[in-house]
Amino acid sequence: MTFLSHVINGISLGSVYAIIALGYTMVYGIAKMLNFAHGDVIMIGGYMCFIATMSLHLGTIPSILIAVIVCTLLGIVIERLAYKPLRSASSLAVLITAIGVSYFLQNAALLIWSSNTKSFKSVVAGVQPVKLFGDKLSISAEAILTIAVSVVIMICLTLFTGKSKMGKAMRAVSEDRGAAQLMGINVNKTISMTFAIGSGLAAIAGVLLLSSYSSLTPTTGSMPGIKAFTAAVFGGIGSIPGAMLGGILLGVIEILGKAYISQELSDAIVFAVLIIVLIFKPTGLLGKKIKEKV
Amino acid sequence: MANPNEVKLVAMPSKNKLPERDIDKAPILEVAHLGIDFGGLTAVDDFNIAIGRTEIAGLIGPNGAGKTTVFNMLTKVYEPTRGMILLDGKDTAHMTTVQINKAGIARTFQNIRLFDKLSVEDNVKIGLHNNTDYSVFSGIIRAPKYWREEKKAHERALDLLGIFDMQDLANAQAGSLPYGAQRRLEIVRALATQPKLLLLDEPAAGMNPSETAELMDNIRKIRDTFQIAVMLIEHDMNLVMGICEGIAVLNFGKIIAKGTPSEIQNDPVVIEAYLGKHKEEE
Amino acid sequence: MKKLSKKTRSGFINYGLILVFFLVFQILISTGSITNSLKGQLIPICAYMVMAVSLNIVVGFSGELSLGHAGFMSVGAFTGVIVSTSLMNAVPNTGLRLLLAMVIGALFAAIAGVIVGIPVLRLRGDYLAIVTLAFGEIIKNILNCLYVGYDKAGLHISTKDIASIGMDETGVTIVNGPMGAIGITKISTFLAGVILILIVLFVTQNMMNSRTGRAIMGIRDNRIAAEACGLNVTKYKLIAFVISAAMAGAAGALYALNYSTIVPKKFDFNTSILVLVFVVLGGMGNIRGSLIAAAVLTVLPELLRKFSDYRMLIYAIVLIVIMIATNNEKARAIWNRVFAGLGAKPRKKEADGNG
Repeated sequence: MTFLSHVINGISLGSVYAIIALGYTMVYGIAKMLNFAHGDVIMIGGYMCFIATMSLHLGTIPSILIAVIVCTLLGIVIERLAYKPLRSASSLAVLITAIGVSYFLQNAALLIWSSNTKSFKSVVAGVQPVKLFGDKLSISAEAILTIAVSVVIMICLTLFTGKSKMGKAMRAVSEDRGAAQLMGINVNKTISMTFAIGSGLAAIAGVLLLSSYSSLTPTTGSMPGIKAFTAAVFGGIGSIPGAMLGGILLGVIEILGKAYISQELSDAIVFAVLIIVLIFKPTGLLGKKIKEKV
Repeated sequence: MANPNEVKLVAMPSKNKLPERDIDKAPILEVAHLGIDFGGLTAVDDFNIAIGRTEIAGLIGPNGAGKTTVFNMLTKVYEPTRGMILLDGKDTAHMTTVQINKAGIARTFQNIRLFDKLSVEDNVKIGLHNNTDYSVFSGIIRAPKYWREEKKAHERALDLLGIFDMQDLANAQAGSLPYGAQRRLEIVRALATQPKLLLLDEPAAGMNPSETAELMDNIRKIRDTFQIAVMLIEHDMNLVMGICEGIAVLNFGKIIAKGTPSEIQNDPVVIEAYLGKHKEEE
Repeated sequence: MKKLSKKTRSGFINYGLILVFFLVFQILISTGSITNSLKGQLIPICAYMVMAVSLNIVVGFSGELSLGHAGFMSVGAFTGVIVSTSLMNAVPNTGLRLLLAMVIGALFAAIAGVIVGIPVLRLRGDYLAIVTLAFGEIIKNILNCLYVGYDKAGLHISTKDIASIGMDETGVTIVNGPMGAIGITKISTFLAGVILILIVLFVTQNMMNSRTGRAIMGIRDNRIAAEACGLNVTKYKLIAFVISAAMAGAAGALYALNYSTIVPKKFDFNTSILVLVFVVLGGMGNIRGSLIAAAVLTVLPELLRKFSDYRMLIYAIVLIVIMIATNNEKARAIWNRVFAGLGAKPRKKEADGNG
């Protein structure tokens, strides 16, 4: 039974990674850039929700909404100010800029909220865990909420990219930006939209993550950000189902590694699994094989 | 499909005749039943050819016929699905691209592939890499061997650039050269690896008629000076008919004709499949 | 031979630059006209210069994005500390001990480079980058669980805790898990740092101007053409990677032996990124740029000290603005026009030297 509960916790953590990884993978697919500031958007989302509940005394739903709206706008602003001027620059230049944005967000948060750890109150605080098998298996409300939310997000996102006009435009831009532009797709608007969606999702991920692991600091977002980036590559960067699969697998591996192998080495185990997978599948689990034309 | 043991040297089912001067020697390249599939689609099938020691051979055919794919298989950029390649009598089945080059095939690319950010001279020196003999360590501590070998490489590079009168461009950045010069540099770089067989993929593409005429002279000069075989893919019929001694025509991945330029020019199959179509395009 | 002399000249300018850097600060120190905080930065600046040049070999010359360079630095740092502490009695001369610490640190980092490089270099692009990141994190994680002590019987190593390494009463704890290396005797000197930079410059510049360097850059520019020219791609990528790792190891030893304690967390992802920023800002494949960027950006937070709380925020903004100013097409055009107006030649592309 403990094994099952570890697996469920793993899926819950992995769902958060998956939601963050979706942001990474969508931005990579469309703008062909690694947005290293993505993890810090999670942190901003966390603080927004925290302030809304603690200082403004708003309810849970309005607080989450505020976090999502602020992060969505933040994503659009970051893209517009920092990344758009570098549309034709080398990917490494954009990467360094993204690192600059990440430093900026972390240090701005440090100035505004100080480095003191804030204790984030779970959005489902007080809700009793679900007991199964005669109390042998206890699943926290946070785990259930996280998994449920991520399932909803994945379904919505799949429908969005598959059916909606904007979603199709996104797929077209990610396939061939030049051709998409010639077909009359507004590339700038599409990229902007991608950042908006990715950042909005990051806010939700932040709230979910902090509901399970309550400590909130200006660097809260960086490790989950790196893990989610790893998850995106693990699943095959640019692939939406890949990000989901990669995120959940990573979460499960991390929790099981912590429980059964070593508490201290759990991160090392996660990264070792990633390396082994990439050695055998060099473009990730669901990544496209790219053959160079000679 | 082809059992390597069944294929004997020079026992090619080939209409291709080696040039007279090569007839007593074993061919430099023999290819039997070579084929490749890309995910169920057969790109090249049953490709057979023999090339003499000092022959200039042409591989022609309409766009998409599989000509470059043949080059890619010969140099192991693509792994052939079936068939056999004998280079100087040796089976190349287990060789990599690097080993193929060391064994004696050098090539140029249809979409020019230079070391863009390096100088023209350094591009040629990379071609000379395996003939420049000093270790990583000797290079770092500047041992006498370093200076000796670098001097040799420098002189050799300028000599080779001299084939196309490009010595003056030695310090220019390769990527900044005009198109024609880039094509010539690729040939020089390939020659620097001391090949026995030189594969040229559309060497005259983008050149004007006078440049093309000059290129023809130079290809002949290269063959005569280095005593090597040349196989080229080209759409410029003046060049192909002017310098090739043997020609193979590829269409839809299969050889439809082989022979001397005059035989090819009068082959009704070729005219229908290739030359006729070629005229319509223009 | 005109071009060879140009490359050689550029190399000598770099040596000269480092010597001037050394002399200026030596004079400033001897006249007492340098703040203590800046004086304390000198050895870290040397270490970061070496890090930047070494990472430039991988990122600039070999063309592979590495996000785990600090991992090799930490291997060198911890090896160096262990060597230095355990040889305390055997080698009383601190200069010689520092040399041994750096050499063995470089050696262990090179071994780590081989172990990491063989699987990593099979991959391409972003996949390669993420695996270097992963290795950097793994190295940090392992060091977090490393306990090393030294007594009469020699070195004791454990991955459980300090009690289980079984030292006798003469034992000294050298590495204490997440607490890091403790009780380090500070033996690094500014002079040693400068000598290390000169050696690293010598190795890098000479290597890049030899057949090895041409092969490394050729593979970067066009892998398929390089293979067709008979170059063993994996071999040369591995050479670049391992030499770079060894240099980072030596830098790590220099860096660690400048402090009394050093924690594994010091060499995390952020440090790898910091060094990458030096390389990109200094210009890929531009050695002089790496040296200058490393020095300026290490000192910059110090110079911004009067802005106290805002300094890292300003640092971030400066970084973003520089990247946009140097990489945006319109901004570049403006630069070029300004330079043209001043009568200076606008920057143009040159064949890859060691600038």
